[in-house]
Amino acid sequence: MASVVPLKEKKLLEVKLGELPSWILMRDFTPSGIAGAFQRGYYRYYNKYVNVKKGSIAGLSMVLAAYVFLNYCRSYKELSESLLDCFASGGVSPDRVGLVHRLI
Amino acid sequence: MNENLFTSFITPMMLGLPLVTLIILFPSLLFPSSNRLINNRLVSLQQWALQLMSKQMMSIHNTKGQTWTLMLMSLILFIGSTNLLGLLPHSFTPTTQLSMNLGMAIPLWAGAVITGFRNKTKASLAHFLPQGTPTPLIPMLVIIETISLFIQPMALAVRLTANITAGHLLIYLIGGATLALTSISPTTALITFIILILLTILEFAVAMIQAYVFTLLVSLYLHDNT
Repeated sequence: MASVVPLKEKKLLEVKLGELPSWILMRDFTPSGIAGAFQRGYYRYYNKYVNVKKGSIAGLSMVLAAYVFLNYCRSYKELSESLLDCFASGGVSPDRVGLVHRLI
Repeated sequence: MNENLFTSFITPMMLGLPLVTLIILFPSLLFPSSNRLINNRLVSLQQWALQLMSKQMMSIHNTKGQTWTLMLMSLILFIGSTNLLGLLPHSFTPTTQLSMNLGMAIPLWAGAVITGFRNKTKASLAHFLPQGTPTPLIPMLVIIETISLFIQPMALAVRLTANITAGHLLIYLIGGATLALTSISPTTALITFIILILLTILEFAVAMIQAYVFTLLVSLYLHDNT
């Protein structure tokens, strides 16, 4: 079935699954296009949650929660390695093994 | 132990890309600009805080010094927001890096001092010798005052770095100690946990106080020189 609206101007949620690869290829990947996408995303969030008559703490907290999550993803590798070392030395982090031995 | 302790202070890079640039730019997202008379709650709160700070800090300056208002208010907002964001779990605090604090302190201090030397040369040079010094002491005192002048930017930068880094390290160490103690003696772990809560409250205060102190000292150097 042919689309009535041209593919290029559809938003993501209106694109059918079979049309998805061609939709992605048609997107504007120039620097100004990417900057425009970030700007549109920022203003969508801002006007929905912050720039309202009775904005609550949720608008700010969601941003901070996303920031914490992204930082966790960034440091996941180091954290999982230090956890491995911790379990290898019996439930205590490797730099504190000496301390625990002295306390017992 | 050394390697494990300081891993949270290394500059974050991802696949060779400097992620640290994004982290430094992130606080700007939290301060939206607005050109309306009556704004949403976030912008109104920020405008109220900004007015309070600027009145408190810039009232001692003359007209020439008050041209620095924008600079000093941006400075206190930047340092305060960066320090507070660093208290979130897993986040990186740019103000723990001495390079960045030196990059903030030296130009601001140099700007104030050079302004003083250009516009009020005699008065600026007179700062090197306090009034009423006995004559034999003059050479030594001039040397001491010169050294104290050149130490000012170093002290600004190192003060901020050391305070924030020390706070983060303490939180990390006491948190680790609490975890290690839960399996040995839960009572001690509880005490350590209460210490951790108190320390976190202190760190919130320190984050804001350090921003204030930094900006206040820059404004004092400016006041001497305008």
